[in-house]
Amino acid sequence: MSSRIEILNAGGYRSDGRRQYELRTISIDLSPRGSGADGSATLSHGLTQVSVCVFGPREAKMRSQTFHDRANINVEIGIAAFSSSERRKRGRGDKRVLELSHTLKATFEPVIQTSLYPRSQIDIYIQVLQQDGGLLQACVNATTLALINAGIPLYDFVCAVTGGVHSTSPLLDLTLLEENDLPNVTVAVMPRTGKVALVTMETRLHVDRFEEIFRLAGEAGKVIHGEMKRAVKERTQDLVNAMQSVGKAAGTEVVDEY
Amino acid sequence: MVEITIRKRPQTEAVITQRKFFKKTARGKVVKVLRERYLRDDVGCGIESCRECTSSDGELLPAAGDLTHQLFPNGHFILPDTNVFLSQMDLLESDLFRSPIILLQTVLEEVRHRSLPLYNRLKALTKSEDKRIWTFYNEYRSETAIIREEGETPNDRNDRGIRNATAWYNTHISLTHPPIRGQTQAALPTVVLMTEDAANRQKAEQAGISCTPVRKYVEGMKNATQLLDLLSASGSDNIEPTQAASGRQMLYPEYLPSATLIAGVKAGQLHQGHFNPNPYNYLEGSVSVSAFSKAILLVGRENMNRAVQGDVIVVEVFDEKEWKAPADEVIDAETTLKNDDAEDSGEEGDENGEEVMAEESRILRSEAQAAASERQPTGRVVGVIKRNWRAYVCHIDTTSLTSTLTTSLSTQTVFATPVSRLLPRIRLRTRQAPSLLNQKILVTIDRWDTTSRYPEGHFVRTLGQVESKEAEQESLLLEFEVPYRPFGKAILDCLPLEGDQWVVPPKGVGDLSNVWRDREDLRDLIVCSIDPPGCQDIDDALHARLLPNGNIEAGVHIADVSHFVLPDNPMDSEAAARGTTVYLVDNRIDMLPSLLGTNLCSLRPFVERLSFSSIWELTPDADIVNVRFTKSVIKSKAAFTYEEAQIRKDDPHLQDELTQSIRLLNSLAIKLKAKRMAAGALNLASPEVKIHLDSAESSEPIDVEQKELRETNSLVEEFMLLANVSVARKIEESFPQTAVLRRHLPPPKTNFEKLQDILRKTKGLTLDVSSSGALAASLDKCIDATEPAFNTLVRIMATRCMLSAEYFCSGSVARDTFGHYGLASDIYTHFTSPIRRYADVLVHRQLSAAIGFTSLHPSLHSKSHVEKILDVVNRRHRMAQMASRASVEFYVGLALKGRGEASRSRGDGEVREEAFVIRTFRNGVGVFVSKLGIEGLVTFKRDIQFDADNYTITVPGSASAAGSGGDVKISVFDKVVVQIEVEKDKNTQRGKVRMTLIEPVESRAL
Repeated sequence: MSSRIEILNAGGYRSDGRRQYELRTISIDLSPRGSGADGSATLSHGLTQVSVCVFGPREAKMRSQTFHDRANINVEIGIAAFSSSERRKRGRGDKRVLELSHTLKATFEPVIQTSLYPRSQIDIYIQVLQQDGGLLQACVNATTLALINAGIPLYDFVCAVTGGVHSTSPLLDLTLLEENDLPNVTVAVMPRTGKVALVTMETRLHVDRFEEIFRLAGEAGKVIHGEMKRAVKERTQDLVNAMQSVGKAAGTEVVDEY
Repeated sequence: MVEITIRKRPQTEAVITQRKFFKKTARGKVVKVLRERYLRDDVGCGIESCRECTSSDGELLPAAGDLTHQLFPNGHFILPDTNVFLSQMDLLESDLFRSPIILLQTVLEEVRHRSLPLYNRLKALTKSEDKRIWTFYNEYRSETAIIREEGETPNDRNDRGIRNATAWYNTHISLTHPPIRGQTQAALPTVVLMTEDAANRQKAEQAGISCTPVRKYVEGMKNATQLLDLLSASGSDNIEPTQAASGRQMLYPEYLPSATLIAGVKAGQLHQGHFNPNPYNYLEGSVSVSAFSKAILLVGRENMNRAVQGDVIVVEVFDEKEWKAPADEVIDAETTLKNDDAEDSGEEGDENGEEVMAEESRILRSEAQAAASERQPTGRVVGVIKRNWRAYVCHIDTTSLTSTLTTSLSTQTVFATPVSRLLPRIRLRTRQAPSLLNQKILVTIDRWDTTSRYPEGHFVRTLGQVESKEAEQESLLLEFEVPYRPFGKAILDCLPLEGDQWVVPPKGVGDLSNVWRDREDLRDLIVCSIDPPGCQDIDDALHARLLPNGNIEAGVHIADVSHFVLPDNPMDSEAAARGTTVYLVDNRIDMLPSLLGTNLCSLRPFVERLSFSSIWELTPDADIVNVRFTKSVIKSKAAFTYEEAQIRKDDPHLQDELTQSIRLLNSLAIKLKAKRMAAGALNLASPEVKIHLDSAESSEPIDVEQKELRETNSLVEEFMLLANVSVARKIEESFPQTAVLRRHLPPPKTNFEKLQDILRKTKGLTLDVSSSGALAASLDKCIDATEPAFNTLVRIMATRCMLSAEYFCSGSVARDTFGHYGLASDIYTHFTSPIRRYADVLVHRQLSAAIGFTSLHPSLHSKSHVEKILDVVNRRHRMAQMASRASVEFYVGLALKGRGEASRSRGDGEVREEAFVIRTFRNGVGVFVSKLGIEGLVTFKRDIQFDADNYTITVPGSASAAGSGGDVKISVFDKVVVQIEVEKDKNTQRGKVRMTLIEPVESRAL
């Protein structure tokens, strides 16, 4: 009966109660994860959830993969079998997954200041925990956060949002239901400079509609940026607070010892 | 720039903002689906001057509600539940029903799930100007959103949601209309829950919600009397809530195993035949079998058991006491099934399905009473021997679409309505449904399961925009299975190498390929051809001259196609497969490549052409002295049209040889015809019309007129008949086992029963059908002095009672059934048009062997081979006839449309024509417009009196709009005036001729 759901009803509501330009709820968790990851982030857009761990910059396992003038970025994606409603195991060689990781690599290569770390490697491991549309968008945003969390110098945030069009009305941040039905485009922007880091589209979209959606998705990226920045600041604040309290405690001890 | 925001959905509220359910996929896998929902406080209530809700879009409901209802003097809004919309849509659509309605999202979605067509009606309703309907998205408003509780059925959950929303509305109204100090509190309007479900009402009352059943509510309205009529009957029943899909229900009985079928047919317990649906009534079909004189009637969906037109089926006949008479009511699938749903019709034991069943059984019951005399054997389909499914030309039914957006990529299940009324709707799944609207498309049926009310099919390709000529023409060819691909290379390779440079080689030494062997040189004969104007494939020419002994020599020269088309080469097999040339109004689909058809074989004037001649010596009284057949070479002296030949013959100043020979031929033809008539040949009539085309390129039809028949038409016809009969005798004599002949079986007397009865009762005339001669004589007596067209009408109707003529192989039927009923000849074949008929090519080969010109190709010695070819040719012949008829119909439609538009722009109103009533139904009459050669149906919505025994209907005087007072009686053969319009069917985009009665009564109001 899924086809019986209206994407955008006469009252201007989407199937999940949002209006056209409303994004899904975002939750960001930057607490450390994995064994010894240098930075990690778990991010969810509505019911799409991904977790990213960043290792590095570190020495490459294989020398052949290194560059003498910059760091190599390695993106690996695992999609949990339980992430979509129908259980499906995707192996490492799955073409879809390879394509996704390649897209991410190409997006982040110019954003990460790789020339600071010649002959080293930055590993980005992405785990997709739950899928409900906007997978690429979630991956981009979570990777940005994990890289920041790892302290890897970036030129800017990269914030991605998916936009689609229903008849002539643009919609932002599509769920899986909407994604299956509508032509859609994912746009990643760098909010400080306004540069576009990624535009990708797998469906046909009328050229007249493209510009509007492209612009809207860019704008929405800036809105997401605010949310991401707040999360980073909060996390940093937490860390600073924690460090200060540790410092204080340690300080008293020192005073006591000596 | 628009404002982009992030909606927050705290994890703590996940209980009501997240929904988890399990779904079974098409493959039977169970998957878990998780959906989220964002609840909000800005969903507007839609009531004017509400302090809290500022909604800009849409028309608001009046602040005080509706004040006219007796029960609610303080004003009210009604809030109907789902079942009210499902069963009382007619009431709500009425112009008189003007209460402000609050439509809940829960209700809207439930309607959508249950029936898309009803949903589309509902949506149209919410958009209409004169309705006050506000859609309240209760599922998105935080106060009214609810979740399904443990153990609660979806239906109960929805009912609870509706009650909740009603309660919220009432508190919302009281909160937003607080008493203003110093003023007395104005009475507040109430929101009334309208539901038929007694249990729901009880619960609502407990919660202090005012509620009402539909009937009670309507009774209290101002226009109660008119509106009460619109209440549907099921409204008074207690509608059961939807059950969750309780497994698939069998809608049709299973077929018997094929071994049982074959054994049953052999034993005579079961009967085999072609399924033949009734075009007027989709719930009825028939099968003609040899065991009964009347066709076996199949009534109702279960008894037709998934048979599709053309299928070879096996039927079981019921006991005689269960026999029924065919229905006398027009039942249109489109109107009865318009609310049927593509997605789940028949898939589940859904309520909608039950409604359809109930409706259908009601229709069938009303048919049940009929006089015993009219009863026909009745039975049911127990198996299918062979499906004759093919690709059908269809339109997509607009109302079955979930989404009409062209951007939508989702798969939808939709209905495709075939152009032919004989076929059921086909359900298909497609991703491109919206872009297929307004297109003619090709759909094939894949299967028809016992659990599915409709067959399932798939989309093949689009033919083009509806009503575009290309699409219509191609669809026509496809619909009648006319092979219309261009000829392939292998076929064209069989043509003479010289191409259009080919000429008859000079006689004597220059004749390298021995063309002149055994050919008679008839180049000096005064031969001419007479054909319709614009004819390019001239396959016959004639001559006549006086012999010294006073007798007359007459010759018919037929294009020698068998010289070019040799047996068993690719061109021959293609021609055999095509069977016949198909003539459409603006096109011709050739049987042979046009080099042959319109050039090398065509007996064009002034060039030498090969021919096959049949030459008689006739006495001046047109008795045959002798006949001989020979291959020859002729040189036609002129190609006349019928009109030119007629003028030439009638012009007394012309005394040349050519004219003389035409006169001679004519005098013989008249005598031949007289003899034929004396022998009992029938002069039948069929409604033939001619389409005037504007020009060759645009082919816009200008007008339609009836074909005119001249003396010269009859001249050519007589000689062709003479040639055919003579040739038939010759080949039957030479090849008694495999001669290709044509016969026309005498129609069973029962076929005429109805026509005889009608004639007797309405006009006091009798029809003697004991033999073709008797019939011809009694047809001549069917004259109405006041109405010259009456005789033609009777002839047309008599023609319809007859069987169609067919080709057969002389060895496969008994000698005494060779006769041709219509021509009153004991033997007949087709010899005279080998360019456009394949049977004639075979006859040419046989005749050429019979006169020792060539030896007979081995394939023509084999009875089974000849039978097989003739089967195909017979079918193609039939299809070609239907295709050209349909083509004419299409153009008549176009012409009518053009004429209608023209007369409208002149301010003359619609096209009106005189017509004759040819059939009466319980709810309408069938009329025939002879001027246009079309048949139409006039249906009455209001009750009329129908007298089946006397074939009359009576329109009560009070019902007629004219108000003339007296009852108006219309019987078969009455002359009436109809208004003819061409309108597009809303759902199928099919152009439909619509007729309404103007005289003697105006039927529009009925």
